[in-house]
Amino acid sequence: MADEPKEKQPSPVPAGDKPASSPAAIPSPKPAAAAPTGVTPPRPAVPVPPKPPVQLQTPLNNELVGRIRAKFGPVLVEAIEDRKQAILTVECGKLAEVAQYLRDEEKFDLLSDLTAVDWPKREKRLDVVLNLYSFAKNERLRVKARAADGEQVPSVAGVWPTANWLEREAFDMFGIVFTGHPNLTRILLPDEWQGYPLRKDYDIIEQDTSWVKDNLGIESGQ
Amino acid sequence: MAMDTTTDSRDKQQTLLGADELVLNMGPQHPSTHGVLRVKLKLDGERVIGSECMIGYLHRGVEKIAEHRTYQQFAPYVDRMDYVAAVSNGLGYCEAIEKLLMVEAPPRAKVIRTILTELQRIASHLLWLGTHALDIGALTPLFYCFREREEILKIFEKYCGARLTTHAFRIGGLQYDAYDTLEKEVERFCKAFEPRIKDYEDLLTQNRIWLGRTKGVGILTAADAIALGATGPVLRASGVKWDIRKAMPYAAYDQYKFEIPVGSTGDTYDRYMVRMEEMRQSRLICLQAIENIPTGPILAKVGKVLKPPPGEVYHAIEAPKGELGYYVISDGTVQPYRVRIRPPSFVNLQAFDKMARGHLVADVVAIIGTLDIVLGEVDR
Repeated sequence: MADEPKEKQPSPVPAGDKPASSPAAIPSPKPAAAAPTGVTPPRPAVPVPPKPPVQLQTPLNNELVGRIRAKFGPVLVEAIEDRKQAILTVECGKLAEVAQYLRDEEKFDLLSDLTAVDWPKREKRLDVVLNLYSFAKNERLRVKARAADGEQVPSVAGVWPTANWLEREAFDMFGIVFTGHPNLTRILLPDEWQGYPLRKDYDIIEQDTSWVKDNLGIESGQ
Repeated sequence: MAMDTTTDSRDKQQTLLGADELVLNMGPQHPSTHGVLRVKLKLDGERVIGSECMIGYLHRGVEKIAEHRTYQQFAPYVDRMDYVAAVSNGLGYCEAIEKLLMVEAPPRAKVIRTILTELQRIASHLLWLGTHALDIGALTPLFYCFREREEILKIFEKYCGARLTTHAFRIGGLQYDAYDTLEKEVERFCKAFEPRIKDYEDLLTQNRIWLGRTKGVGILTAADAIALGATGPVLRASGVKWDIRKAMPYAAYDQYKFEIPVGSTGDTYDRYMVRMEEMRQSRLICLQAIENIPTGPILAKVGKVLKPPPGEVYHAIEAPKGELGYYVISDGTVQPYRVRIRPPSFVNLQAFDKMARGHLVADVVAIIGTLDIVLGEVDR
């Protein structure tokens, strides 16, 4: 019982060990003073897990990656696997070409999702993330492209028409400009809205106060 | 405006009429838009020659909220997206976080989850059927559908205390075990439900007016459906036999036998037939599941404080409306770094323009209904 949490779950307190570990985790000095003899051996084992850094992101080197590397060379920046899910990172400027290849040659015919992630500390702070699915292979693939703030990302709406609205949403929420998009306007927020809410530096209670005042006639505020 | 240059016979008629283009605003306060959808229709006489969906009236920033809540705290929020199928939303979210944590729910939890999710699918399809038929002018099915849906909601209420925004599942399994008479009540519902589906079909399937309003309306070919990312019954009605429950089984679906109904032409009638059959199949899954609910724990060993190891995961389930995906990134803290929700309604709604062009204004109502959108999920 004492070594089990160490192996499987270093950080959270396992639910099954509740009676032994939860008093040990929170008010640890108190039971130590009250009953030092009874439960002493298992207790120190729980709060001092050495946390061996488990490497979950492993390099991926399968046939698909080999074919893409042969065709595109350095455009494929990184190929990793995280929790058995394949993730490719490609050069931002070549995203549309890679997308075309993946759809036509590798039969990833369904664009399940297109979204973005903001990493403000990184030099190229925005990730454009495509989740693809292939009916023929019954396989998913994630393709990422890193873009700096203001950098133009080639639109994949010509490859998968689904991307039309999804890219509009990414533009709306992150301010990513997709070149070649047929109608890149805001989709969920009003057209005149200032700011990109899903960026990390946009606070959760922040809003476009002047828009709210002009259009709703109320003083903004939460 | 970019116009479609199809050589449909209707388009020829349209140019013959030569009427001025008229822009008609439908919604957001329109009873048949199922919420706050606003559609800008460009009309030539009564024919739709273009459309634009204006969405976002119900945008609440769910994905932003997720970044400021712990993993468990965010779970009830997902119920408020597709609020007529809250159980399915919760299942997708909990399973995504479980994947991120690399834990698996115990078998008993998986089976109970499957039962409740399939009941939810029936409830969602019943609501769709009732309102869709009402939109097209058939008043009666609504009352029948709500009567049966009520039985399902009663089971939910007895299970977890809530009828709509249930928050029925927890990360790692379930909070509540099945109550004593759950199996009996599910069985009773399933037994009573079979003749009910026949009743709905008697009212609609061969009904001349129903056929006239749905056959050939809003056709979406398989190629278009895939290109536009349509999933769920919308995709299957176009003839693509793809269901995530079969393709990438989750919960306990790999244990049960069921069929994936598909259509052929991809019109509104086919989507109707597909959803009717799906209700039958869901009923069969429930009946199989209650026969053998494994005993054992209902919650896996997850901590009270969840700190998934850094990394990311995309997990999709077959919600009643289509592929509901969660793309979650953990940075190793108690709050998710990013939660992206791939909403089936949002993506399916994009096919609306393709489906509506060339049809009459009256058919627009049928097409919105047949897409089975929930604006809470479209806007998030």
